[in-house]
Amino acid sequence: MIDPRWQQALGAAALLAVNPPGLGGVVVRAAPGPVRDAWLEALTALLEPGTPIRRIPPQVPDSRLLGGLDLTATLHAGRPVAERGLLAEADGGLVVVPMAERMSTGTASRLAAVLDTGEVRVEREGIATCWPARIAVIAFDEGLESEDRPPQVLMDRLGLWIDLEGISPRHLDEGPWDASAVAQARAAQASFEAQASDEDVSDAIEALCRVADAIGVDSPRPVIAAVRAARAGAALEGRSSVAEDDVALAARLILGPRATRIPPPAESSESTESPEPEESSRPPESSESPESSEAASPPPASDPSQSELSESDPSESDPTNIDPNDPEQTPDSIDDGKPLAEVVLEAVRSALPPGLLAQATDPRQMRSGAAAQQRSGRVGAVRTDPRRGRPDGTVRGDPRRGPRLDLVATLRAAVPWQRLRRRPGSQTLVEVRTDDFRVVRRVQRATTTTIFVVDASGSSALNRLAEAKGAVELLLAECYVRRDRVALVAFHGQNAELVLPPTRSLVRARRSLAGLPGGGGTPLAAGLDVGGAVADTVRRQGDSPLLVVLTDGRANIGRDRQPGRPRAEADALLAAQNWRAEGYAALLVDTSPRSHPAAQALAQAMGARFLPLPYADSSVLSSAVKAAVSGTQGAERNRDARGQVRA
Amino acid sequence: MSLVFPFSAIVGQDEMKRALLLCAVDPRIGGVLVLGDRGTGKSTAVRALAALLPPMNAVVGCPYGCDPKTANPCEQCRAHRAARSGLLKSAKIPVPVVDLPLGATEDRVVGALDLERALTKGEKAFEPGLLGRANRGFLYIDEVNLLEDHLVDVLLDVAASGENVVEREGISVRHPARFVLIGSGNPEEGELRPQLLDRFGLSVEVRTPTELKSRVEVVRRRDAFERDPAGFVEQWRKADAKVRRQIDAGRNQLESVQVPDSALEQGARLCIALGTDGLRGELTLLRTARALAAFEGASQVEDSHLKRIAVSALRHRLRRNPLDESGSDIRVERAMSEVLA
Repeated sequence: MIDPRWQQALGAAALLAVNPPGLGGVVVRAAPGPVRDAWLEALTALLEPGTPIRRIPPQVPDSRLLGGLDLTATLHAGRPVAERGLLAEADGGLVVVPMAERMSTGTASRLAAVLDTGEVRVEREGIATCWPARIAVIAFDEGLESEDRPPQVLMDRLGLWIDLEGISPRHLDEGPWDASAVAQARAAQASFEAQASDEDVSDAIEALCRVADAIGVDSPRPVIAAVRAARAGAALEGRSSVAEDDVALAARLILGPRATRIPPPAESSESTESPEPEESSRPPESSESPESSEAASPPPASDPSQSELSESDPSESDPTNIDPNDPEQTPDSIDDGKPLAEVVLEAVRSALPPGLLAQATDPRQMRSGAAAQQRSGRVGAVRTDPRRGRPDGTVRGDPRRGPRLDLVATLRAAVPWQRLRRRPGSQTLVEVRTDDFRVVRRVQRATTTTIFVVDASGSSALNRLAEAKGAVELLLAECYVRRDRVALVAFHGQNAELVLPPTRSLVRARRSLAGLPGGGGTPLAAGLDVGGAVADTVRRQGDSPLLVVLTDGRANIGRDRQPGRPRAEADALLAAQNWRAEGYAALLVDTSPRSHPAAQALAQAMGARFLPLPYADSSVLSSAVKAAVSGTQGAERNRDARGQVRA
Repeated sequence: MSLVFPFSAIVGQDEMKRALLLCAVDPRIGGVLVLGDRGTGKSTAVRALAALLPPMNAVVGCPYGCDPKTANPCEQCRAHRAARSGLLKSAKIPVPVVDLPLGATEDRVVGALDLERALTKGEKAFEPGLLGRANRGFLYIDEVNLLEDHLVDVLLDVAASGENVVEREGISVRHPARFVLIGSGNPEEGELRPQLLDRFGLSVEVRTPTELKSRVEVVRRRDAFERDPAGFVEQWRKADAKVRRQIDAGRNQLESVQVPDSALEQGARLCIALGTDGLRGELTLLRTARALAAFEGASQVEDSHLKRIAVSALRHRLRRNPLDESGSDIRVERAMSEVLA
């Protein structure tokens, strides 16, 4: 049995092998395992023999990634010797990034710069140089959650996105291409690029732009990659010009997985909201992929069976694979009278990401989906490194006391004195004195993350929520001066959720806050638990958490999610005591019109400052919190921890 | 040097292109911050600008590219001048556009002990860094929001004073470092510190074109450039040359452009209406308007000039009001329609 998705993955590998730097690379969604290994092996088999391949761990230091001063060689040679980094070493080949979802935006941006320019610019440690680095990046995305993706700045530049998850390792047959076919295509493509006239791909470009527009792909980079992929596809097929099929394939592999909205149904442009899949009005050739046409027309949000359908991977049931030898797939089977854009759109439908429909039917997700459309690409996991002490220059110091020796700086300090210091007959290569020791100074920034835990329940909650949102935004505006962060946990109904993960981005905060729901019961204990968990994470990252609870203290949903006031209040007290045991700084703002003893008791249990603010508006609230923040920082700040060893 | 995408061939993004050109006409505007979506040609525009700029006269052998006529030369040029009674050899060189790559270390940015000479000859000599190289030109930082704080501080300091003072490793050097700072970034990947925002003269926002026609054009031109860079550049050579002449003419005319009192007044009123802090906003507003007038060959600054650059000059200087959902662009435009009605 041939798994069509495996075929598709092999097709992507072949396209990449034809034009690696042109397509940028591949984002491969796959856990480590035999399937992934087999795919990488298949890809490397298609590349020219001897193509360099370098693996880059996500936390690679700049000295290894970009290169810098080769100290050993420098001392040996008596003049500065530069050492290439991994990117320069991979010139003309592949860079493989396992666990790409853990890569920091900083590292990803370095990769992105190299992908853009085809060279590594190095301005480090006395070395100023530029090495060629025509590379393609294979990013293995092993993130468990959909939010946990590799940095957008990198994903945008890697043309092909494939998903190997769920492919059985027992059915990994070989693809229709071998190394010689690809080599031929590579040569053909090069000459073909030089000759091809504008008209040749003119229609293809327009069709691809139309499709990108229809499925909400904003960045022009994927479209450019798709044009190149179409050419590579044509070269693989031995064609001298780009055919419909090549464009369809390119769109399916490059644009489809990036879709952020569902394209309108093919024939009836007016009825985008129509719940009925237009089986009847559909042209005959599209009926071969009934699943994808279902997935493509948005069902009513209330219909659970339809959304279930969307959960199943459309490409799994998709018979349109890219096997070029399949006669069904040759251009003949496609109605020639149809505009190219529609043909391509049909092809893309089968490659829409599986979660897209579910996302569109979930009102909360939809909002973020809509926002993502405006800003191109999905809401990426914008990660920031835990700021556990940034390097803050190099100072004269004693490495025996803990700080890391900056060897290059030390030698640089020692070097000018060598002539003076050298004693006749001495065998020492470099005479270093204690005066020369330079150490890396690190500044431990005691940033504070303010975690709002907001009661979003019931009647009075709605205006409270508005105030909390306002306060969060006001604080955030203040915060980024200090590079502090803000998070928001809301609880209502039966659950608590982290609405805004710790962030210092106003853009992001506003987006999350806009979609904050309210109403229902008061699961105070759950709220406190989630808040505590966030505080724990924050503390692990090296920040000091400050918890700000906005509630009237009247819990009525327990940890077991069952209603019942006494039980719920007891649970809440327990949760509050946990905070105290953990020693979290906390502020409890009583939001009820008349202060209730329950809130005060809660504050006492969690060791929080108690602040009754019956008519708090956002500015009062934010100034109260600001006061609390400065209190926290006074207590917890361990500013300028010089001599901290690098973690 | 490999060929770069021609400036005139960039589709749309008029605000960004205008801001860059005006900074080329009058470097005192104080740089451009380009914020916006991925794939909108931020880096392309800056690299294209480099290829577009008319060459400048510089002292031969001067590491900082000093102007032979400058009143404020570097130490080396000053010594040479004294020795040769004021006559220095000069030559036309391209305006430096220096990239500050991510991962650059401080020693390469500000300059440090010349390791090569120290190791081979045992001499203590200063090797200028990127700041020195960018003197009289442009310093470009892609992803400026990812730059490490201590580097940002150094940059701000130097950009403000126009002089780089190095005191390290027993070296004590000061040299001119007047450059136009161009930063780009994506606000979703971390906000900029307000101190940094304010230092940029202009701030422009770029978006992906939404019209199908221009999107198609973007892809088409990119594709054409990649297939035949030389041919494509040749095709746009005339258009680029025209812009270059316009920059040159604008520079020559800059000093003679009149700024009438009415324009000064309008600028002040606009800043008051928007509550921008400090005088920097007003200064930038007028300088930019003057540069625009010069660029377009006008003899004095009119309201129409102010109108077209006010958003770029002011949008990043507004006090943030997070509760006001309307963006800063709208606020500036609202104020403009009131003041410049």
